[in-house]
Amino acid sequence: MTTTVPHPAAKTTVRDRLLRLAETVTTPLLPEDYLDLVAPLRAGAALRGRIVAVEPETRDAATLTIRPGRDWRGHTPGQYVRLGVDVDGVRQWRAYSLTSAPDRPDRLISVTVKAIPDGRVSNHLVRRTRVGTVVQLDQALGDFVLPDPVPARVLFLTAGSGITPVMGMLRAGVHTRADVVVVHSAPTPDDVVFGAHLRALAAQGGIRLVERHTDRDGLLGVAELATLVPDHLDRQTWACGPVGLLDAAEQHWTAAGVADRLHTERFRPTVIAPGEGGSVTFTRTGLTLAADGGTPILDAGEAAGALMPSGCRMGICYGCVLPLRQGAVRDLRTGELTTAVPGDGVLIQTCVSAAAGTCDIDL
Amino acid sequence: MTVIQHKPVNPIAHLSAEDIETLGKELDAIRDRVLAERGASDAAYIRKVIKTQRTLEMSSRAVLLFSLFPPAWVVGTAGLAVAKILENMEIGHNILHGQYDFMRDPKIHSTTWEWDHVSPADQWKHSHNQLHHTYTNVLGKDNDLGYGIMRVDEDQKWYPMHLGQPLWNFVNACFFEYGIAAYDLELGRNLRKGRHKAPEFRARLRAVGRKIRRQVLKDYVIHPLLSGPSFLTTLAATFTANLIRNLWSHSVIMCGHFPSGVETFSKTSIEGETRGEWYLRQMLGSANISGSRLLHIMTGNLSFQIEHHLFPDLPSKRYQEIAPQVRALFDRYGLTYTTGPLPKQVASAWWKVIRLSLPNRETARPAADEPPARVLATSGV
Repeated sequence: MTTTVPHPAAKTTVRDRLLRLAETVTTPLLPEDYLDLVAPLRAGAALRGRIVAVEPETRDAATLTIRPGRDWRGHTPGQYVRLGVDVDGVRQWRAYSLTSAPDRPDRLISVTVKAIPDGRVSNHLVRRTRVGTVVQLDQALGDFVLPDPVPARVLFLTAGSGITPVMGMLRAGVHTRADVVVVHSAPTPDDVVFGAHLRALAAQGGIRLVERHTDRDGLLGVAELATLVPDHLDRQTWACGPVGLLDAAEQHWTAAGVADRLHTERFRPTVIAPGEGGSVTFTRTGLTLAADGGTPILDAGEAAGALMPSGCRMGICYGCVLPLRQGAVRDLRTGELTTAVPGDGVLIQTCVSAAAGTCDIDL
Repeated sequence: MTVIQHKPVNPIAHLSAEDIETLGKELDAIRDRVLAERGASDAAYIRKVIKTQRTLEMSSRAVLLFSLFPPAWVVGTAGLAVAKILENMEIGHNILHGQYDFMRDPKIHSTTWEWDHVSPADQWKHSHNQLHHTYTNVLGKDNDLGYGIMRVDEDQKWYPMHLGQPLWNFVNACFFEYGIAAYDLELGRNLRKGRHKAPEFRARLRAVGRKIRRQVLKDYVIHPLLSGPSFLTTLAATFTANLIRNLWSHSVIMCGHFPSGVETFSKTSIEGETRGEWYLRQMLGSANISGSRLLHIMTGNLSFQIEHHLFPDLPSKRYQEIAPQVRALFDRYGLTYTTGPLPKQVASAWWKVIRLSLPNRETARPAADEPPARVLATSGV
C-alpha cells in the first residue's frame, strides 16, 4: 500500500485553478464558448465531428465520413451513433449505424444514410450535406453486436438500410472468423447499399450472399428461409430491417423454439396502442400543453417550443429520457401504461411515450 | 401622451370591432409567412453575430492589456463598448425572447442563455417578456412606463419627487444595467411593502448579488490585474465601455415607448382584450427609429420596436423585412406609424421626462375621476 498523493491530482488542481481564472474573464460565458469557435473537435469539448467526405452509394443512399472529436471512444461493429444535424436551421438528432471498421488508422468513422420518403434529416444528409460541416455526436451505443468469440455459423437477415450495421461487422472481418450467410432484400440490384462490396466478398468466397430483389420477386417470406438457408435455425441470426420483416422473423424463430438465436435491431417504433392524451406540464420550464394520445411527448413539447433532449426518436437510445414526476404515459410501441406519483421520479422516453392523462415532467 | 381613452380625439374611433379583428388576422398572416421561411438563414445570422461579438470582445480585451498606450486604450475601449452593446441588444435581448429557440441548439436558447449584464437572465425575462410585453403601455400594469421612478404620462399622478426626474433619468442612463437589475427585482415596491425579508425576494436578491459580483470581478478586478502596469487605464477603459453601453441602451429603450405619438392605455381597457385589440395596442404603444443597417444592428433591431412588439419571438433581422408590410397596414387602417431618426426620438423622450417633472398645466380634467372607458372594445359604436 502506498500513501503517496498521486501526482496527477496536483496537476488537476493547477488546471482547475487556471480554468476558474479563465471563467472569471469569460463570464457569463465559459472558456469553452470561445474555444469552440476555433477548435470544435478538441479534447474536452462537447463531442462533435467534421464531415470530411460524402460519397453516394445508391441513388438514395450516401456514406458520410466523419472525423470525430478527440474524445471519441471508438465503437464495436453493429453499434450506432447519434448524430445532431442542423436541418433548415433546426437541430435534429438521429441514430445511424456505423459502417466503418473500428480502429481505422486515420481514426475516421462513417455512417451510411438512406433517404427515406419525406425524411427531413435523411434527405438532407444524403443530398445536401457539405464537406466541412460540423455535426454533433454522441458516443457509440447499442447492443446489436456480435459476441466474443463469434459463433461458428452466422446469418444476417437484412433489408434496405438494415444492411448498415452488418456492413460494420463485415468490414471488421467477421467472415474471417465465422461461416457467414447474408440474406438481403432491396427493390432492385441497383438499390442494394454496398452491393458491389457484398458481391465481391461473395465472389471471393468470404460470405454466401442471397439477394432478394423485391420489385421483381416480391417481399421475402420468412418461410422461404427453409429453402434459401436450410440451416438458418441452427445459426445465430442478426436481423435488421423494416418492422414487418422483424415481426415475422420473431414469430418464426419463436415458433421454432429458438427465439434466443435471433437478435434484432429495430429502426422505427411500431405504434400499437395510442393513449388517450392529456395536459402535459414541464415543471421547471413552466410550460403546459395539451397532447393527444397518438403524439409522442417529445414532438408535442418541441412543437410548443420546449428545449427537449432527444436522440434516435425511435425508443432505443434513451437520449430523450426525462423524469415523470406524476401522471401517466403510454408507450406507443407496446401500449404499456406507466404511471408515477410524486417522489417516484420515473424516467420515461419522451420519444415513444404519449400522454395518457395529466402529466408533470421535470424539465 | 395621455391614456388613449382620455384624448379629445380618439385615434382609433374610426375602427369597428370587425376592423380590429381583420387587422389582427392580417398581422397573423404576416407572422405565418415569416414562420414558414424561418430557418437556416436565421440560424446562420445569429451564429455569425455571436462569432463576431466574441472575436471583437476578446480582441478588444487583449488590446486593453496594453491600455497604458493611448491608441490601445481608444481602440480597445471602443471595441469593448461595441461588443457589449452587440451582446446585450442583438444577441442577449433577442435570444432571451426565444427568437432562436426554434433552432433547438442548447447553446443558443432562451432557457440556457446568460448575458453580460448585472440582471440575471431569468429575472429579466420575467419582468420584460412576461410583464412589459404583455401589458405594454398599460398604466399601472407596465412598469416600463417610467420604471417606477419617473412620470412619463399625464395620467400618472405627480409627486414632488418627480421634480428631480431629469436627474434621476440621467443617473439611470449612466448605470442603466443596475437600474434594470433593481427594476427586475421590483426593489422599490418590495422594500416599501416590507417584503425585503420574504425568502423568495431574498433568493432573487442573492442571485443578483452573485451576478453583480461576477460582472464586477471580471471588468474591474481580473481584467485590470491581467493588464499589469496598465491596471488603472484598463479599469478606466472597462468602466467607459460599460458607461457607453449603458447610455446607448438607455437611449434606444427610451425611444421605444416614450417619444411623442405613442399611446398609453388604462388598466380597465384591456379587460377581455381580443387578439386584434392586443395587436392594436402594440401598434400604438411603440415607436421606431429610422436609420442605417448599422444602427438597426446596434439597437438589436429595437429600432423596429413596433414590429418587435407585434412579434416578439420572431428573429430580429426579420423585422426590417416585414416593416413595409406592417407600415402599409398602419396606412390602410388610418393609424400613425411613429418613427424618426435617433436624435429626434431621444430628444422627444427627454423632453417628455423634463416636461412631466412638473405637474400637468391644465388641471380642468382630473384624470382619475373619469369613468373607465372600454375604448378598444367599443370603438365601433
